[in-house]
Amino acid sequence: MLKKVRRRYLALKIDSEETFGSRDFMGAVWDAVSRLYGEYGASQTGLALIDYDAEKKFAIIRTVHTTVDKVRAALASITRIGDKPVAIHVLKISGTIKALYKKIKQ
Amino acid sequence: MKRNYADLHLRPDLRNSELVIRMIKKASELGYCLIAIPFPQNFPEERIRKLQNICREYKTDFVSRVDLKPQTSNELIRSLRKLRRRFEIIAVICESKHVARQAAKDRRVDLLNFSFYSPRKRFFDKAEAELASNALASLEIDVKPLLTLQGPTKTRLLSSLRREVAIAEAFHIPIVISSGASNELLMRKPRETAALASLFDLEKVSAMKAISENSMAIVKRNKEKLSPNFVAPGIRLIRGGEDC
Repeated sequence: MLKKVRRRYLALKIDSEETFGSRDFMGAVWDAVSRLYGEYGASQTGLALIDYDAEKKFAIIRTVHTTVDKVRAALASITRIGDKPVAIHVLKISGTIKALYKKIKQ
Repeated sequence: MKRNYADLHLRPDLRNSELVIRMIKKASELGYCLIAIPFPQNFPEERIRKLQNICREYKTDFVSRVDLKPQTSNELIRSLRKLRRRFEIIAVICESKHVARQAAKDRRVDLLNFSFYSPRKRFFDKAEAELASNALASLEIDVKPLLTLQGPTKTRLLSSLRREVAIAEAFHIPIVISSGASNELLMRKPRETAALASLFDLEKVSAMKAISENSMAIVKRNKEKLSPNFVAPGIRLIRGGEDC
């Protein structure tokens, strides 16, 4: 039987003095996941960008619940976007976008 | 129960006081309640106390640490005799096998740290682990090289770490994971650090222990030993006076 995909939404803070476009940001995330786990591993994560605010340096990405730790490790391993130094921190994780925004507001 | 997290290896440039303060602030924001910064052996006590006060402002505990890099085992013994009562944490960066063996069996050493850039200088093998298991030393792993190294060097490092973690677990040597960060952008949250530890096959539970309980245990043990009421392990002065 086909298993239901359980998704997880991660709220991220981009810690840098510079601002980045969403393409650059997601490029860095995909790059980090592929570098650590290869193309096969990256394909299992089901990564997608849900929300991105360059000014507030805030992003929400989606992944599959089984690969949350992999994505977390990959995000932690990002030190640069382009040639600008950066750190990405996971603020909150939730199973629905609605609950995630609720958690962030708390 | 809420865990208390510790980062025992922040390495800011001590000449840049702004950077030191920024890193202390960042550690507090990221959820660490205890940090340690390595000082040079002759670092003035008053500046250490000043840093302690800054940490208190940011609601973080602070412990002093010294990183010894001796060339011979005799030099290590001499340094330990001189510094053990001055610093709360003593780490030895083992650059030769003799030093590594001496550090592993000496009960005054808290942390064993190895070079990340040369796999030949990583001396944490079964013999080292056996010596350390009879003493008090823990294996320290810095996260910084996992962030900064790339390509085959990183792959080789991960392979060495995987082997060392397996040996440490087999010999019940506590593992301590520290950031080793020299600026605030290389600092990570405790859970992110634990996630990075999965790269060298350290299980999540053990990784969380390595950034909380194991580090805290070292600090607790040494603070107790440095207290004036300490007599011997398990024995301490409760009350003094003529009628005791």
